[in-house]
Amino acid sequence: MEIHRLEKIWIAVSLVFIVGLVASIVYGVAGMGVGTVGDTGQQLDPNALEETRFADPGGHWASDDHYVVTVVARQFLFQPGSQEPVMVPANTTVTLYVTSPDVVHGFDVVGTHLNAMVIPGQVTKLTTEFDEPKSYGIVCHEYCGAGHQSMAGQLVVVPADELPRNESGAAGNTSGANATSESATASADASPAVAPPEVSA
Amino acid sequence: MTYVDDFPGEARVVRTAFAVAFASIGLGGALGVLQALFRTGYSRSLFSAVDYYSVLTAHGVLMALVFTTFFIVGLFAWGVTRSLDTGFRDLRFTWGWLALMTLGTLLAFVSILGGIVGFIPTHAAVLYTFYAPLEASPTFYLGLALLVVGSWGAGVDYVLTLRDWRADNPDERIPLQTFMAVSTMLLWFVCTLGVAVEVVVFLLPWSLGLIPRVDPLLTRTLFWYFGHAVVYFWLLPAYFVWYTIFPKLSGGRLFSDPLARVVFVLFLVLSTPVGVHHQYGDPGLSQGLKFVQMTSTYFILLPSLLTAFTVVASMEHGARQRGGEGRFGWLRALPWENPSFSGIALAGLAFAASGFGGMVNAGLNVNALVHNTMWVPGHFHLTVGTAVALTFMAITYWLLPQLTGKRLRLRTLAAVQPYLWFVGMVFMSNAMHRIGLAGVPRRTSEPQYEQVIFNTPIASIGELHLQTVGGAFLLFASLLCFLAVVGSTWLGERGAKPLAVNGHIPSALSGPEHSPRVLDDFRVWVALTVLLLLIAYGPPLAAMVQNGLFAPGSAPIPA
Ligand code: HEM
Ligand SMILES: [Cu+2]
Ligand SMILES: [Cu+2]
Repeated sequence: MEIHRLEKIWIAVSLVFIVGLVASIVYGVAGMGVGTVGDTGQQLDPNALEETRFADPGGHWASDDHYVVTVVARQFLFQPGSQEPVMVPANTTVTLYVTSPDVVHGFDVVGTHLNAMVIPGQVTKLTTEFDEPKSYGIVCHEYCGAGHQSMAGQLVVVPADELPRNESGAAGNTSGANATSESATASADASPAVAPPEVSA
Repeated sequence: MTYVDDFPGEARVVRTAFAVAFASIGLGGALGVLQALFRTGYSRSLFSAVDYYSVLTAHGVLMALVFTTFFIVGLFAWGVTRSLDTGFRDLRFTWGWLALMTLGTLLAFVSILGGIVGFIPTHAAVLYTFYAPLEASPTFYLGLALLVVGSWGAGVDYVLTLRDWRADNPDERIPLQTFMAVSTMLLWFVCTLGVAVEVVVFLLPWSLGLIPRVDPLLTRTLFWYFGHAVVYFWLLPAYFVWYTIFPKLSGGRLFSDPLARVVFVLFLVLSTPVGVHHQYGDPGLSQGLKFVQMTSTYFILLPSLLTAFTVVASMEHGARQRGGEGRFGWLRALPWENPSFSGIALAGLAFAASGFGGMVNAGLNVNALVHNTMWVPGHFHLTVGTAVALTFMAITYWLLPQLTGKRLRLRTLAAVQPYLWFVGMVFMSNAMHRIGLAGVPRRTSEPQYEQVIFNTPIASIGELHLQTVGGAFLLFASLLCFLAVVGSTWLGERGAKPLAVNGHIPSALSGPEHSPRVLDDFRVWVALTVLLLLIAYGPPLAAMVQNGLFAPGSAPIPA
């Protein structure tokens, strides 16, 4: 089968180009550490969130330099997020766990690369670090029913010392701007280090 | 002789399929304008923010599923019978599948309408992707299933016709148009399997209450197994036109027949193991899987890059035959006043532009910048909404006379129509892309929030909204021109003068005789496709069903 010389050159250039595209993504993921949502291996029963880490959603220090927030996205609210903002510390590794008890939602922190889907039965895990105190909008960007257009919220980055820690430094809960010591004790026994119950392996 | 005289029965089938397609794009276009007006806040008086989602479901279904599929089965019915020079085996079978498709379309459409109109007891505001656990009335799923099953009938019809032809012509190469139609339909069989299982095994029984729960991630993954390959089902018929008819319209001949075959085989083999690139943001799927499918996604750029080469080369060849000269001066020698030519050329240009956006979408991590924002509709209105839709409209100007025996009417209107579409789309799509970069979500009736500010680098959101709406009106005006030309041609008298067009297609500069015969052996390619699929989708699907087909499970939530 004869292939025109110019066409051969074009094919070669195309292949180089394609390999270059793949390489640039590899560089982004491996070199710069910008990946995407993966598989946490955690599944849960969307009808029984009260038995999981999402029973009492909100933020807490998982260790001295790691802050964890659980968020429930439901028709048509982020909890926390909509009625009170998601509060996270600056210059600290922050991990967000998001799930849904009802339908598929989106979780997009506008102006950041935090942009993922929230699927009933699955746990969306996002890890990041914010440089400075600032506030961001959160938008549900997947159609989720009649009130979808009203589903939004806020994420507020504050200096790390503004988010209370308890003595052990391992637990504590601030669900929103005005975290009370009451909510901190309420979830102290639900240790964040423990993986949520899984439906099965 | 024209096609309608050679194959009057088949011509009627093609005309009927086209009629449904054109009704869909007309109605869908009107809804598109309403969506643009609603989202931007220019007009929200016709329906509510909630009804918006029924409207959007109708737009998505009418455009992406109905317009495309009906046009394609009609186009291929013409291409297969013309290039094999033989009619279908039994037109009753042909009418059967077309009727099934039409019935399914009506059922799905009425189900959606029920969401807005009180006296129809159905609801289907689930958008054309119908992610569980949002649930539509069973009639919606049934309608879509009939549409797909009917289209399988079309594929069977083409394959049987080819088989008969093969028996009579054992040593000949498959004519290029039939080769392309059959490979596209094979791709369609392979990819619709995913959505058929999703609908027939899971969603339909679930919406009927026969099974209590379905796994949202599993059904969604089955959808996207279909959902990316379907874009090639839309695109390949446009390529069919670009490869086999466009060179003639340019005044020349196709560059290389064997390479055209290679391109279609590459699409068949590569187009399904890439669907996960629509699920980069999904939990429950590993980054490794996403990476592998990203790699195959980038490799499927290759056949499109090859197509770009051939299309431009054939165009240049045609222009030089017409006396064009110079490095770029030949462009002026092309028949820009012929809407069939200009429409396809502009469609190709739009497709080239959209390719760059596609490379952004396909990047595992870069995707997070744009995922589910307005950027995405901006992207696919260039691809399916222009590269494909404008090609279909353009080739209609060439085909319709051959299908009716009537000369094209309102030629001036026809001549401006592609330009109007192109300009309208440049405005609308450009604005959508930029609104999306600011983070504004798609599929949202009122994307204005108290808690969220969207920052646009250049031009305010207000200006971009104006561009969106202006573009939408230009598009709709273009659509009206198209429908006027089609309508008046169709309803006009069959004149005494011979047609200005004919269906003769010149042979390629380098013909199929020097290419390996294995190219024509579809069994090899289907086997390879299935093998790749098992590798790409076997492990993730197996992992998902490990803890039961229906777990973690969700009960229906009517929408
Ligand atoms: C008159 C021309 C058109 C206009 C004004 C228009 C307008 C729109 C708008 C504004 C949206 C976004 C709605 C939203 O996300 O909230 C949309 C979505 C869409 N359009 Fe169009 N459109 C037109 C033509 C087309 C064509 C020709 C096609 C395909 C053949 C198409 C396919 C789609 C699809 C698949 C969606 C996505 C639906 C969804 O998100 O569920 N449109 N259109
Ligand atoms: Cu939503
Ligand atoms: Cu895709």
